[in-house]
Amino acid sequence: MEHTIEMLNITKEFPGIKANDNINLRVRKGEIHALLGENGAGKTTLMSVLFGLYQADEGEIRVWGDKADIRNPNDANDLGIGMVHQHFKLVNRFTVAENIVLGAEDTHRGFLTYDKAVERIKSLSRQYNLNVDPHAMVSDISVGHQQRVEILKMLYRDAEILILDEPTASLTPQEIDELMQILKRLASEGKSIVFITHKLEEIRRIADRVTILRDGKQIDTVEVKNTTNKNLAEMMVGREVVFRVEKAPARIEEPVFAADSISVYSPTVRKDVVKNTSFDVKSGEILVVAGIEGNGQSELVYGITGLNPLSGGRLYLNQKDITGYDIRERSLAGISHIPEDRQRHGLVLDFSLEYNMILQNYFQTPFQSRGFLQFDVIREHAERLIDNFDVRTSIGAPTLARSMSGGNQQKAILAREIDRGNDLLIAVQPTRGLDVGAIESIHKQIIAQRDAGKAVLIISYDLNEVFTLADRILVMYEGENVGEFDPAETSESELGLYMSGSKRRETS
Amino acid sequence: MIADIFNEIVSVGAYVIPVMIVLLVVSLGGLFSERSGVINIALEGIMVMGGFVGAMMLYFLLYTVELPIQLAVFFALITGALVGMGFSFFHAFASVSMQSNQIISATALNLFAGAVGVFVARTVYGYRRINVDESYRMDVPFLSDIPVLGELLFQDAFLSTFIGIIILITVIILLYKTRFGLRLRSCGENPHAADSVGVDVGRMRYAGVLISGLLAGLGGVFFVVAFQNRFESDVRGFGFLALALMISGQWRPMRIFFISILFALMRVVAARADSIMELRGLEIEPEILRILPYVMTLVVLALTSKRSKAPEAIGEPYDISKR
Repeated sequence: MEHTIEMLNITKEFPGIKANDNINLRVRKGEIHALLGENGAGKTTLMSVLFGLYQADEGEIRVWGDKADIRNPNDANDLGIGMVHQHFKLVNRFTVAENIVLGAEDTHRGFLTYDKAVERIKSLSRQYNLNVDPHAMVSDISVGHQQRVEILKMLYRDAEILILDEPTASLTPQEIDELMQILKRLASEGKSIVFITHKLEEIRRIADRVTILRDGKQIDTVEVKNTTNKNLAEMMVGREVVFRVEKAPARIEEPVFAADSISVYSPTVRKDVVKNTSFDVKSGEILVVAGIEGNGQSELVYGITGLNPLSGGRLYLNQKDITGYDIRERSLAGISHIPEDRQRHGLVLDFSLEYNMILQNYFQTPFQSRGFLQFDVIREHAERLIDNFDVRTSIGAPTLARSMSGGNQQKAILAREIDRGNDLLIAVQPTRGLDVGAIESIHKQIIAQRDAGKAVLIISYDLNEVFTLADRILVMYEGENVGEFDPAETSESELGLYMSGSKRRETS
Repeated sequence: MIADIFNEIVSVGAYVIPVMIVLLVVSLGGLFSERSGVINIALEGIMVMGGFVGAMMLYFLLYTVELPIQLAVFFALITGALVGMGFSFFHAFASVSMQSNQIISATALNLFAGAVGVFVARTVYGYRRINVDESYRMDVPFLSDIPVLGELLFQDAFLSTFIGIIILITVIILLYKTRFGLRLRSCGENPHAADSVGVDVGRMRYAGVLISGLLAGLGGVFFVVAFQNRFESDVRGFGFLALALMISGQWRPMRIFFISILFALMRVVAARADSIMELRGLEIEPEILRILPYVMTLVVLALTSKRSKAPEAIGEPYDISKR
């Protein structure tokens, strides 16, 4: 079997950590090869070595059977290796065509010409069904479109080996479907594809083989069809994993929170994106708001937590009208919030973990006394949360939030919000981007809150998560509550009809 | 009547255009640096350095070598441009190679330039002023015969006017029509994107800062020749005004061009406040006219900065390890 890429005995060390330890990766022509591992397992490092961003300490790389010396991304490009990074490398204020030609521009007598490039972009776009508009401004196109631009950028440079780093992390389900089709098409035309992921479903759908990394070591390389998801998960995490956390029957009691025909105005689209929506959340219950991303869910939570003002309706917490409360007052009145964008709304990334743990109540005793912060108390508080919630850090409480992995950042936020002991816990996409191990632990914590009699409101775009957590499901479509469901009496396909707007039900 | 208005325009234009060209050229310099991703508030200091050494060179060529005026100016311009470029190298080195804070590094240049100007001038000439008071205006052959435009632009004009216009056209072409321009702009917007396709971000940023130094140094000499007729330890805040103009012009050459006319007009009104009063018999305090350009700067900035389109990666040292 012909190998396009062979990475042999690759070892790469960073100060204090062996990111890659003697790893062997062989990729065949026309193959989709998945690289599976938890955050921090060394997947991205390995691909960065292949793409010339890092040099391996030991080992060698062969491309088409010949030993290759890849010192920088230009060398990689010359060898036909292209990479789509997790954070796209696009200039927002350039057109698609300008972005694609950048670094490989055509000129005529010293002046840029785009005619040939635009033709080529159009024909590649047709060939692989990428649907890329060369004249669009990057800032105006969707994330999915941007990703297709990145793929086209590699093809424009005649890449034969395509590396994609967590390509589905920021895509909607439809965009993921499209991407899967595109990758299959590329592979069938003879391109080799390596994609980094921690999502088992994606591997099952398109990958031929999968290499599993854990803690910088290669656990195995297997044919996808000869293995089960359970097997893969265990190899990835190193222990047995429960996909769907067991939960006891809910003991639902009094309503804790009620939204009474609320509307939220979005200044970006200049209209109400939550329209006249009512619901309540009872103690001992998890209410999950399901729906396709962008149907007003984010704004619903902004409206409840006070990040955006309501344009209509009233909010009640424990029978008290909190509509006029500002963000801090709502938080003190008993709302805990695990925000959708954990790095923007959840943490101050350049603060240490201990200060992040007191963001909402640094001004209260015992964290301050006579206007001065009480460092001992703050430190003890953080250390207690780190222990209780198994937050992994490099140096404990003084660790910089920025330096922590996504999963541990999320655990830290969860710890802070739960510890405040509020009656209502709101979590938006609590497990987005996390690997199965972290998902399991966060789901367990959320269910424990329900069992402790808290009211829990979850926003999720992931139907697996909806069914794992929900005691009651509310579907949101175009800013409206289009139906409430008992998870035991509905199915994914039924919810899908409501989520896509093809059915709706009047709610009582 | 029409002839009156026309004469009026020409007579105002004679004062406005040279000022406008100084602001335009320095502003375009700032644009190069900032479009490559490096904030350059050192324009003032670079202008001072360029103007100072340019004035020394001019003094030497005029009174020691005794070259014809325009030829002496020409060499003084080249000297000023090269000095500006050399001086801006320090800013490039600090902010690109050493990844230091770009505001601090530029402030250092601003402080240094004023001090060194005074010190050297006093040491060499005994006083801080370098006097090069000559008539630098000239008629351009052929072009000055064109009606209206020729009279406005090419009669009794400074060499700087043509150089300025050529620079404007060159900048637009360079920035938008060449490979260099595309790559330079990409470094100011998203250096990680540029780097990932093999553009050498460091080199492009050096180029941006050095070109800005070249233009600001040139602007410094323009200032000495076409505005002050001497060098006197500073450039009257023209460098900072050029910076404000660049921001109001949203980092785009043509907008900067139009706003430079506006700013120059106000600057001239302020400088000639007294004589305008007398001529028109207006009952306004001259102080009001004098503060006009500064008030307008604030107003224009306040109005334009809200939709300001600064390059996205401006001021961020490019750190390879974050890619």
